Amino acid sequence: MTPALNYDNKYGSDNKYGSQHRWLLSSLLIAIVMLSLAPSLRLLIEALSDLAQGRQSPLWQVLSSASTWRALWHSLYTSGLGMLIAMVLGSLFAFAITLTNVRGKSWLVFCFMLPMMIPPQVTALSWLQLFGPASPLLKSIGLAPPLGSPQPLYSAEGIALLLGIQSAPLVFLALRTSLLSLPRELIEAARISGAKQTQVWGHIILPVTRSGLIAGGAMAFISSLGNFGIPAMLGIPAGYYVLPTLIYQRMANFGTGVLAEMAALSLLIGLLALAGVALQQQLMNRSRFGLGGHSGRSHDFTLGSWRSLVTATLVGILLIILVAPLLALIISSLVPAMGVPLNAETATLNAYAEVVGRQGATWRAVNNSLWLAGSAAVVLMLLSLPLAYRLQRLPERWRGVVLSAIEIPYALPGVVLAIACILLFVRPLPIINVALYGTLGLIFIAYLARFLVVCVKPVAASLAQLDPSLEEAAQLAGAGPWRRLGSIILPLVAPALFAGGLLVFLLAVNELTVSALLWSAGNETLGVLIFNLDEGGESVLASAVSVLVVVMVASLMLTLSLLAPRLPKGVIPWQS
Amino acid sequence: MAELGMAVPSSAGLSIDRVTKRFGEQTAVDALSLTINPGEFVALLGPSGCGKTTMLRMLAGFETINDGTIQLANRTLASADTHVPPEQRNMAMVFQSYALWPHMSVADNVGYPVKLRGLRGAAYHHRVQQALALVELDAYADRMPQALSGGQRQRVALARCLVSDPSVVLLDEPLANLDRHLRATMEHSFRDFHQRTGATLVYVTHDQTEAMALADKIAVMKAGKLVQWGAPETLYRQPRTAWVAGFIGQGSQLKVAAGHPGKHLESATLMRGLNAIESERTQSVLVRPEHIQISAATASSATPTHNQLAAQVENVIFRGERYELTLRLPSGETLLAYHHTAPDLGSQVAVDLQQGWCLEPDQ
Repeated sequence: MTPALNYDNKYGSDNKYGSQHRWLLSSLLIAIVMLSLAPSLRLLIEALSDLAQGRQSPLWQVLSSASTWRALWHSLYTSGLGMLIAMVLGSLFAFAITLTNVRGKSWLVFCFMLPMMIPPQVTALSWLQLFGPASPLLKSIGLAPPLGSPQPLYSAEGIALLLGIQSAPLVFLALRTSLLSLPRELIEAARISGAKQTQVWGHIILPVTRSGLIAGGAMAFISSLGNFGIPAMLGIPAGYYVLPTLIYQRMANFGTGVLAEMAALSLLIGLLALAGVALQQQLMNRSRFGLGGHSGRSHDFTLGSWRSLVTATLVGILLIILVAPLLALIISSLVPAMGVPLNAETATLNAYAEVVGRQGATWRAVNNSLWLAGSAAVVLMLLSLPLAYRLQRLPERWRGVVLSAIEIPYALPGVVLAIACILLFVRPLPIINVALYGTLGLIFIAYLARFLVVCVKPVAASLAQLDPSLEEAAQLAGAGPWRRLGSIILPLVAPALFAGGLLVFLLAVNELTVSALLWSAGNETLGVLIFNLDEGGESVLASAVSVLVVVMVASLMLTLSLLAPRLPKGVIPWQS
Repeated sequence: MAELGMAVPSSAGLSIDRVTKRFGEQTAVDALSLTINPGEFVALLGPSGCGKTTMLRMLAGFETINDGTIQLANRTLASADTHVPPEQRNMAMVFQSYALWPHMSVADNVGYPVKLRGLRGAAYHHRVQQALALVELDAYADRMPQALSGGQRQRVALARCLVSDPSVVLLDEPLANLDRHLRATMEHSFRDFHQRTGATLVYVTHDQTEAMALADKIAVMKAGKLVQWGAPETLYRQPRTAWVAGFIGQGSQLKVAAGHPGKHLESATLMRGLNAIESERTQSVLVRPEHIQISAATASSATPTHNQLAAQVENVIFRGERYELTLRLPSGETLLAYHHTAPDLGSQVAVDLQQGWCLEPDQ
């Protein structure tokens, strides 16, 4: 064989090898996109089917029912008010922390972001422990209102307040991003033109970052609209239903018999949320002025004698919205029963002993959640690298389409995804004849669909930062595609991959909204457990579980913070 | 100026006295002193990281100073315990990124400083119109800055500077983001602007040709310290240290046994000093290429006259109007020279050095 022929042959086989790997990755990509879209499509078909029946069709029935419109109004009212609260809190923290020289910035950011990561039902529970006649905290300090007085949080405004606190970090993040990209020179140019600090705020900073603020507000609104834990814990006892809790209540009462109507309701709330997402993305795009100059650190406004006052104000707000409710939660977990004040004699660790020691539903739920979250994180980490790698090589337009497709299950309210998954799996799977409905497997699949994008995004961001010549050099050195993926790409994006997995674990282990509709006896998750314990009047036990959950969330967040220096910017939401 | 209707600029002198700036352990500017006369065009020149931008930001008031004083026409702007904020210094600045506010039109950008000073109505519009006319952008008043080219943005930034009649105009590498062709045009605009307004200008750059072309006086900085302060001609002809000589213009540094730092050497002294034994040749001397004459050494007279040196041609680069030669002297030192023809590589030439300038060693 001549050398030339030899070379041709080798080239040919390499080529085949290359196309084989591309083919494999492409089919993986297509499969994942289909799986992401399948639940939403199934929901759409179910909601729109039987339209021919006219007034008998589920969609028409839902739309003509007064309870639908009442719940819709409740949803809009609580989410709208919550959004306003979130915008006030979020912008106060974003402006103060990003632009001025307040003290202890990184701790302030961490503490302000914590409510976003604490599961909503825990937030609701801790606030319930803070107020009301049975509050162990108020009892202990002798400030409890008389028995029989109403719990002030069982109201629309109570729901809105907690929704606002929970989604304020979203406003904070959006505004902070837009403030950080505000070039320092724009502020300096105004100051040297003769503008005082207050004039710089009004004339330059607010107009330039306005779209960022509005986009953050839109995100807070969408997230509040889909929130289940807070309106469930605060609204259901008062008979105040929003769309997600209405769906939950109907499913709990009537089971799968009302699936078609629930699909129609889900469609309503899903469309509302997706419209919000579209609006927010549009605003985010518009907020990019194409600003030149040195971004990064914005100008420090020196607060002078105000510095301590502003720092104290921020700390004071955090004490009210974070520390006080958590303290109430801890106190509630240490008393023998609700309504008993905490003192040296009454303090007991019984609740914790019960949670950790007794092999009952509590332990099973913890076990289920850890397994579900852990395996979802591992599977998604395995899928993310090849997926992000193939995504990187798609044309810009297609990359956007694919990212939107895998974003949908995360952007949709959890209740909507749950209904869609029930629809998809309520009948046993064809051919293999396995029934997933009512098993942990269904929750697992729903988690995979919901959190895929959480894991892919950091990996994609990290891949986008890699210099393509790194891989080209390996290719010239003779490494095939799989080899390159394993020995060049993987080590370089490993921190991002790991962070993605941890984020998935963090979100999945506390998740309530999806599992609230998908759980069945024996298959509870941690989120459902807290909810059920509280509903069953076991507030002390619920508080103990919640305290453990908060400790776990905080330590996972700290672990991620330690990883931060090795990650691309923006992977960890509470760091910049 | 009067027929333009702009107020006569109240340009003022700046006095910088032993100004020091420390960032943590690192000293960015070290006891720098300069006196800038009213209406002077001054360049702060140095390699990146030499502290020139920090100095400019201290003049503007964006940075406080740790030591020393900055005075503007006898008013103390900054010292260890006083700090007049930027908005009260009556200065203007052109930023490297232009820093045009993206939510304001060109006219609003330019008019902002005078609006803050309380000008309204017809007087305001008149003032903005004139400032835009000065930079030939009156037709673009209603555009948004994003719709302008780089050079146009730069001129808007200039118009914003001159509209408010500042005592001092600061420029932070204003040409760094422009292509070479546009730079030449903008250099012309800056010179023009300075002549028309008579403002005191402080210009930061790392480009020595830019500084030489524009400034009345140049402060050369290195590692936070002022190395030399003088007119461009002085810096070129009489650089103080070996480092300045290498930084500004082209030339070769040779070791001779003659002269003292800060003295000229005539041809004969220079040649004698070069021919001394190596241990006695301790003084660095700068020889600019335009002070070197080259004649082809004939094959028969391989030893040149006592006023000439023999040298070997090592490298020849075509520069358009002339050739740039790298020559190797018998001592092993290299010499940069110009010539109108290209000698063969490796050939011997006779070199005649007409003058040299003795340098201080670097600290």
